[in-house]
Parts: sequence; C-alpha cells; structure tokens
Amino acid sequence: MKIEVINVTKRYADHVALNNVSLTVPEQSVYGLLGPNGAGKTTLIRILNQITGPDTGQVLIDGEPLRPQHVERIGYLPEERGLYKKMKVGEQAIYLAQLKGIGKAEATRRLKQWFEKFEIGEWWDKKVEELSKGMQQKVQFITTVIHEPDILIFDEPFSGFDPINANLLKESILELRDKGATVLLSTHNMSSVEELCDSISLINKGEKILEGKVADVKAMHRESETSPLPSMTDIFIQEVQSRNLKP
Amino acid sequence: MNKIGLIIKREYFTRVKKRSFIIMTFLGPLLIAAVYIIPILLALHADNEKRTIAVVDQSHWFERQFVSTENQTFIRLDDISIDSTKKLVQQGFFDIALFIPETQLNIPSSAVVYSMKQVPLNVEEHIKDVMKNEIQVQKLLASGVDPDILESIKTSITLSVIRMDEEGGEKETFTEVQFVLGMILAILIYMFIMLFGGQVMQGVTEEKSSRIVEVIVSSVKPFQLMMGKIIGVSLVALTQFVMWILLTGVIYIGFSTAVGISHPEAISQGTVMAQEISSTNIMDNEAVQDVLNIVHSIDFGTIIFSFFVFFLLGYLLYATMFAAIGSLVDNNTDSQQFSLPVTVPLLIAFLSAIYIVNDPDGSLALWLSMIPFTSPVVMMVRIPFGIPIWQVVVSALILAGSFVGMTWVAAKVYRTGILMYGKKPTYKEIFKWLKY
Repeated sequence: MKIEVINVTKRYADHVALNNVSLTVPEQSVYGLLGPNGAGKTTLIRILNQITGPDTGQVLIDGEPLRPQHVERIGYLPEERGLYKKMKVGEQAIYLAQLKGIGKAEATRRLKQWFEKFEIGEWWDKKVEELSKGMQQKVQFITTVIHEPDILIFDEPFSGFDPINANLLKESILELRDKGATVLLSTHNMSSVEELCDSISLINKGEKILEGKVADVKAMHRESETSPLPSMTDIFIQEVQSRNLKP
Repeated sequence: MNKIGLIIKREYFTRVKKRSFIIMTFLGPLLIAAVYIIPILLALHADNEKRTIAVVDQSHWFERQFVSTENQTFIRLDDISIDSTKKLVQQGFFDIALFIPETQLNIPSSAVVYSMKQVPLNVEEHIKDVMKNEIQVQKLLASGVDPDILESIKTSITLSVIRMDEEGGEKETFTEVQFVLGMILAILIYMFIMLFGGQVMQGVTEEKSSRIVEVIVSSVKPFQLMMGKIIGVSLVALTQFVMWILLTGVIYIGFSTAVGISHPEAISQGTVMAQEISSTNIMDNEAVQDVLNIVHSIDFGTIIFSFFVFFLLGYLLYATMFAAIGSLVDNNTDSQQFSLPVTVPLLIAFLSAIYIVNDPDGSLALWLSMIPFTSPVVMMVRIPFGIPIWQVVVSALILAGSFVGMTWVAAKVYRTGILMYGKKPTYKEIFKWLKY
C-alpha cells in the first residue's frame, strides 16, 4: 500500500512539530524516515497510526484518506514500547493480536509459528517480567507483524538487540517487504539504513529537507563524478548541519 | 468480538485471577460472619463447663444466698478451717473454694477464692454480685426501707417514633438501626470507590510506565482503552460485592442451621450479642428486641438497589477522574500530588456523613446529596431513613450527567497524558489539553 503525506502541519502548545510536510512512501518498499532527535519523526508516525491527528493536511493510503479501519492494516512498533509485566507471554500476544482484529484461534496458530521461528516457544507460559530485554523485543516484533499488515512502521526496531538477533530482524523485515508489505523505518542506525532502505527522507526541525531513492540521494551528494559514493552518515551530518548553521 | 469488549475482558480476568482478589473475596464474608458467629460460639462455650464451689461462710451473712445453677453447684461447708478447705480443692473435691472470713460487728466486705485453675471472670462477677446484693438488702432493711419498694421504682420508658407522610400513612422509625445502617453503607461505598477508583489509576499508570500504551492506542482509541479499563474494574467491584453478599449469607445460614438444630437458645442469645456489638452499644438491651423486629421491616431491596445504582454512578464519576490522574504521572509514587483533588471531595463526603447521620433531612444533607462528588456517600446515609423518591431520582440523574461531562474532560486529559513522558505537566498545561 502506498502512503502519501500531503502538506501535514501539527502544532503543539509551544512549538511546531511538523511544518507543511509532504512525502510519499512507495508500495512494497523499505522507506527510511531519518532526522535528528526532536525533528518530528515520532509525531509523523503517530499521525499515520491515528494516535493523533494533523492540524492541517492529510494522509492518503492507496489514494484514500486515512480511516479508523486502517489501523488493522498497520503494524506499529513504537520506540517507547513495553508489555504487561504480569501477564503471560502467549496470552498477551494473543490479546494484542485480537486488538488488531484477528480471531483467537488464528492468532494462536500464527503466534506458535512465529515463536518457533524466533526460538522463544518455551517462553509461551512465562510471565513477561521473567523474560530478558531481547526476548521481550522479539515478542514485541511478533505482535507487530502478527496480523500480516500491509503497512509496517518500525521506530528504532534494533535497539536492545544483539547482532545475531538484529540480523534475524533485518531478514524478517526484508522478507515481509518481499511478501508485499510497505515498511516505514525510523532509526538513527545508519548502517541498517544502508542495508535495508530503498528510499529515505530526512526531516529536520519539523521540515522535510531531503527525499529520494537511496542510490539517487547518494549520487546527488557525490563530490564529483569520480569520487566514491558518500555514506548515509556523511549525508545526514552534512544536510542537517548546513541548515542549522543558517540564521 | 469488538475491541472494547476485549479490553474489558482482559481488565476483568487479570484482576479476578489475582491472589489478593481471591483472598479478599473470602476474607470479607468471614470477617462479617465472625461478628455474628463468635458471640454465638462464646454463648455456647460459656455454658459448657460445670463447677463445684465450696462456700465457707464464717460471717454467716450469705448462708442461703448462693443458689446452685445448672453449671455451678454451691456447697456450704460449716465449721471447717481454711486450711482444710484448701486441701479439699487441692485433692479435687471442689473446683473452687470461696472463703468469707468472720467479721466482728462489721459488715463483710471481702472474701477469698481458692482454685487450682484460673477462675473465670463470670464466676468472680457472680460471687461479687451475690454478696453485694445481699449486703445492699440488709442495709436497706436496717434503714427501714423495704427492698421491694426499691425494685418497684425502677422504671423503663418505651418511646415510639412515628413518621407520617402526606397521604396520612404512618411508619414507626427506629433511629438507632437507621443510624448504624447509614454509617455502614457510607463506609462501604467510600471504601469501594476509593479502592477500585485507585485500581483504575494504578492500571493507567502501569500501562504508561511500562510503555505498552502506545502499542495499544495504535490498535484502539484511547477513549476505548480508558472506558474498557473503567468498566472492567467496575465489574470486578460488583463481582466482589455480590460474592460478599452471597458468601456471608451462605456462612450465616449454614452456621445457623448447624448450630440451631442442637442449640436454638444459643442462636437467639448470640444474635442479641452480635446486635449489641455491631451497634457499638448505642442500643441498650431493651432496644434489642425492637431492633430484631425492625430488621425485618427494613426495605433491604430498595437499599441494595440504590446501593448498586449510587455505587456504580459514583464509582464511574471518580474512576474517570482517577484515570485522568493516572495518565499524568509516570509512576505510582508521583500520583499523590495529583490525586489530592479527587480524594479530598470523597473524604469530605465521608466525614460529612458522620454529621448527616444525625440530621438526615437537614439542608446540609439535602445539598450534599445533590452535589455529585458527595452524593454517592451522602445518599447512602440518607436512604435508610426514608427520603422522598424525587430526591433520589434527581440526585442519580445529576450524578449520571456529571459522569458524562467528566468523561469528556478526562478523555481529553487522558489521551494526551498517556503519551507524555518526562516532565510532570502543570495544571495550566493540562487545561490547555482540553482545547485540543
């Protein structure tokens, strides 16, 4: 599903979180949403999830304005994430899947498969508080994708993962994209952007300053025809700093 | 199943499966039943032991005064020394020996009791009473007063209070009972609102501090999450309450039948004692019989029905406020500061109940039973006294209306609050959230 953000502005009491932002996330791709802390990424993500609404502007999903029913087509892994500590892992995963509109039996069947894949099957009846941070992250990832959403939104998905599990996660994200999902990835981890993203946009102080395919963005920032392609980290620093220096 | 139903289900089952809930559910009725059962057990046990008591009365004042009863056999021993009496007790011929020494010209005022075991208090009291009575009678006779005259001037007044209504109907009222009932209901409703309102607040803060809330509100609206929690907890409260009523009934009836078959007199005696204890001695013994009569005349149906209505509405009003407060803080220790505006009105309601119970038809009572923040508690104090039905209906409607209004306010605070981390918001900021 294609996501179009059109002229979205969102103001809070004391500052402008998003100022007339427009961007397009192409269907079946991994799209990196980049920007320094406080740039407005989380606000944009919350608007897409209908946790909050834009003051002006609109969001289109496959050309249709965002509707409450769309939440069942979206899977969201927030940066600030957690689980009910006293609840059993399996029970909780089923509950979260049911909230996304999956029947109990179907949710159980799918979860068993995912738990197998992530090697946490034996933790099904344990309480969440008994799990390590990494295992909790796996459970959270599973509950994000369990309803097989068309749109996946990951906010810093790799934090708390060891390299092996981070790899497992990356593979899973690419697999989901290949199956047809549109993935929006917000992260400060530039190496994962290089590995995963088809296109990116860069947001700074509530405004979009850059958007395009990763290859195009890199080519554009090459110093000369013959010089090597710059890294995403270099592009990020260069773009953000040049703007912050301006009065 | 719709989503709010799922949330209600989760909130309900995680709570009723908790050990603390199960313990409270069974402990509550046991405590209530204990108030009734312990006096009955005491009444049963007090009569069990039989004692033989030797009376050595060297003063010869009380020769015919110690009369044997079913359990206490008094045996007079004449011309026996104190040492021999003690030996008889040591050898087990008597349980207790009472030794009243000889007096010269004087009136006896002391005695000694010998026993191998602790002498029960009631035996001590009985001996004292017998001696005191006899000495009083003798003193009266010496002053030329017939003891029968003294007996005849003891008077008791029965005051019947009749409350009339416009149609000319009359109903006898029993203030003491209504007083006790009103207070019990006020305590119960205050306790339940505080306890379960607090659970809503804790639940909201827990969701916020464990950071699960953002995952959930990406699936359901914050309003659904808030209402699901409030409704789920209210069902927990109702479950607990209904279980208490049922279990108390079962324990009481079960015990009454078990004991009643063999000892019918103990039941009535025990119930009388229970009434006295539960009313904290407001009533004297003569009122107890009236009380037993009126207990049957109280309209428990109306009281239980209004309790459910006012508890539910009062809880809903306070729970929405507690939910909003829970959304403002990151952890439970911070909640103190914000919960004050909610707990104070409830406390005022509870404290004013103590005054209102003395004047349930006064203007203070009327106003506080119309103000939604105090009406759940105050109404429950007033209802046992019998009040015009229009007042109950108006009060319930105001309460319901306030709940709807408060939900609107709380939902606005809640949906912003749950996603705010770090610095605590000021009241000014919270006020701004209402305009979003």
